[in-house]
Amino acid sequence: MAVDMTEVRQLFFEESFENLDNMESNLLDLSIGPIDKELVNSIFRVAHSIKGGAGIFKFEHIINFAHVTETLLDEMRKAEHLVTQPLIDLLLRSVDIMRMILTSLQEGTKVDEQEVLDCENQLKSFLKTPIEVPFLEGHKSTSSTNNTIIPPTIPPIDPAEMLIEGWHINFKPYPTLLATGNDPINLFRELANLGTLEIFPNSQQIPSFLALEPQTCYLSWELNLHGQLPKTVVEEIFEWVEGDCDLEITPLKKNLPSQIAPNLHPISLVPSGKSSQREELSASSQKLNAEASSTSLRSAPIQLGQPVEIKTEKVETETQSAPPFTLPLSSSMENPTLSIEAINSPIPSLPLHLETLSLPLEDPVKPPLDSSLDTHTHRNNSSEATSIRVGIDKIDDLINIVGELVITQSMLDQVGEDFDNSKLIQLRDGLSQLERNTRELQESVMRVRMLPISYSFNRFPRLVHDLSVQLGKKVELKLSGIHTELDKTVLEKMSDPLVHLVRNALDHGIEIPLQRQLVGKSETGLLHLHAFHQGGNIMIQISDDGAGIDLEKIRQKAIQQKLIAPEDRPSEEQLYELIFQPGFSTATQVSDLSGRGVGMDVVRRNIRSLGGAIEVQSTLNKGTVFKIRLPLTLAILDGQLVRVGQEIYILSLLSIIESLRIKPQLVNLLAGKAEVYKLRDDYIPILRLYDLFQVTPGTTQLDQGLLVIVEGDGQKIGLFVDELLSQQQIVIKSLETNFKKIQGISGATILGDGSVALILDVAGLIQLFHGRTQITVPRSASFTRNLI
Amino acid sequence: MACNILISDDSISMRKMLAFTLTEARYQVTQADNGLTALELAKTQTFDLIITDVNMPKLDGLSLVRELRTLSQYKYQPILLLTTETDPEKKQEAKRAGATGWIIKPFNPDKLLAAVRKVLNCSP
Repeated sequence: MAVDMTEVRQLFFEESFENLDNMESNLLDLSIGPIDKELVNSIFRVAHSIKGGAGIFKFEHIINFAHVTETLLDEMRKAEHLVTQPLIDLLLRSVDIMRMILTSLQEGTKVDEQEVLDCENQLKSFLKTPIEVPFLEGHKSTSSTNNTIIPPTIPPIDPAEMLIEGWHINFKPYPTLLATGNDPINLFRELANLGTLEIFPNSQQIPSFLALEPQTCYLSWELNLHGQLPKTVVEEIFEWVEGDCDLEITPLKKNLPSQIAPNLHPISLVPSGKSSQREELSASSQKLNAEASSTSLRSAPIQLGQPVEIKTEKVETETQSAPPFTLPLSSSMENPTLSIEAINSPIPSLPLHLETLSLPLEDPVKPPLDSSLDTHTHRNNSSEATSIRVGIDKIDDLINIVGELVITQSMLDQVGEDFDNSKLIQLRDGLSQLERNTRELQESVMRVRMLPISYSFNRFPRLVHDLSVQLGKKVELKLSGIHTELDKTVLEKMSDPLVHLVRNALDHGIEIPLQRQLVGKSETGLLHLHAFHQGGNIMIQISDDGAGIDLEKIRQKAIQQKLIAPEDRPSEEQLYELIFQPGFSTATQVSDLSGRGVGMDVVRRNIRSLGGAIEVQSTLNKGTVFKIRLPLTLAILDGQLVRVGQEIYILSLLSIIESLRIKPQLVNLLAGKAEVYKLRDDYIPILRLYDLFQVTPGTTQLDQGLLVIVEGDGQKIGLFVDELLSQQQIVIKSLETNFKKIQGISGATILGDGSVALILDVAGLIQLFHGRTQITVPRSASFTRNLI
Repeated sequence: MACNILISDDSISMRKMLAFTLTEARYQVTQADNGLTALELAKTQTFDLIITDVNMPKLDGLSLVRELRTLSQYKYQPILLLTTETDPEKKQEAKRAGATGWIIKPFNPDKLLAAVRKVLNCSP
């Protein structure tokens, strides 16, 4: 039987990767010293199940490697090792190796054997007991048969056994044999599948009916199995009852009559359809050849003629299994020609046997796949990037809401059937219900795209572990709010910035143990990643209790890089802001981790491209907190509709700081080009949207319209519009699929009346404004004063 | 009547493979992902055969066998262990726990079916 294992194979990969992730995090949880048995057990199980699963697919690399890992873990489990840092590191490395092997198996690429071998040898050097080669069935098979299951192979016959005509089996079960669930009848049935079987039961031990224990085995048997079979095949059948019986297997010699029953002619029992039965057995194991076997059982001769009539369940089964007692001796002599032939001409009959024996090897039901084709299948299988796992509760929610939607629809249908004014209230109710359903549906669909942030956080224990070893620091990582969900796209794009921030915290933030002790802190630094909801946003905080940011150092560096003048007295925020400048780094030593000055600006750009923001707070010697604010989702935004002339534009509500009516006396003209508005202590540049987009405005008089103060990229600007309209949730449609990107516009949406409105990108607008006026938008009041 | 087989393994791919092969062979299959669930399931109905992994969370295979053997309906029912152990000592441990036999991992579907046939009295 050939089973297409592609699906199971894919499942094996998914499961193994997941298991390896667990193994990794469990390894990181291991504490130095005595063994935490529960934890080691679950680590052991991973290696074990990878080995077991890989065996099915004959992935030899991983089987061997996992076996060595498993052996070491087994020793740990038995508390033969203490947990040490090198041991944890080695096991972590073996996780990487297994991941690497699995990936290359999945993608059909080559395994870096040297690395596998290196790690394997290292593992072996830890082992206390020498390793044995794991049992691997069908070791010689090539990997091209990965997707098919090879039919069973019958071991080759030892030439010495060629002359053996069969086996005589003396089988004396102990009375307790049945207690393990083994039943002799099943063994006989299996034996009968191998060749012609003669069964000679011995029922002398059966006690009187009253003394009879139904669950005790009183019978014993002598069996003759005819056929050229290796002894191991016969032994294998009795493998499970070993220790529950006395068993003797001796060869039946050719040309010798049966060793037990010399008066019976054993050959007479060769069934006429022997070869076909053989074929059936070898070609397919799917269908149990029960009838054929029972026939051969029934036709077997019996030495003890007394019928046994026992009305107890279990023993009854056995007596049924025993051959019919009435079989006349003469019937076994009915076919003398065949038997004589079979005895006297063993040589011609031999090829036939070999032929039938080798049949399964030569004729796999499914031909092995071409290796290139095989690789192709692998590629198709790796689809993890495009699929997400969705909790069943979310799907259930969707189904519920759709159900409600259907009800609402049919209700509205009824109202519409013969509508008159009296039904207005019903109509209104129906519509509001529809609105609620739609909103719920929208929320639920959005939830499908949401993934817990743990997907991103889970990589950090390993990262922090590796980095702290590398840097010689002691760091405790604390993760909280790991179930906070955010949009898959946001999550993916946040991954690199988070890694960068964590690396920074370890490299620059947390000090080496000695230094920490000098300032009176505990040796172990704390790095805390915290995610939570705040006012429709997701907040991610990365905080450490390290050295903090030295503002004076930043100032010096900034002066050195001519970003500020030595006489400037920038505020704290302005100095922090400098960290995010391209090429700015205070690290005196450039490491491969951080300090090259590329990074924080990229981090901020990434976060801003997601519509988020990042800010930093730091106290010298107390630590640093980076706070990242992210929108819940990228597909929907809370929008403010604004009107300019006949056009409607949309601003993200989050970017709006305030809206006000302009007092003309507070407007100043800067360098004859740009207008600025004095708002409290701040000067805000004014951008007339009608001018930028060249639409006919309702008014050009500043005091006739409104000024919407928005913030983007850390800068503020005032947008002059005719009026504010409603606020609503906006589904963002990308323009870039059909048009090229236009600065200042991030997308479009379709409004309730079917018209299209453009969504404004504040950061882009500010850049446009720069381009038009050649004037830098001031970052804050003090700088503005310098300018004016 | 079709034979009812309970399989217990914490590995999804292993369960899937077992279930697939056995269902193809027209056995009825019930699945459990740990020993405890298997035990609970076994109490609700009597299975003709139980195939269990050795290394499982919550309740390991050997303990599951011991637990099952204390139940009257499973005293003589066949129970097979899935194991990677080839060590005779471990096999004897399995026997002492009350297992009928064992299937050595890795195995292919034919091996599995052969093992199942060896202990099942009902036909699929």
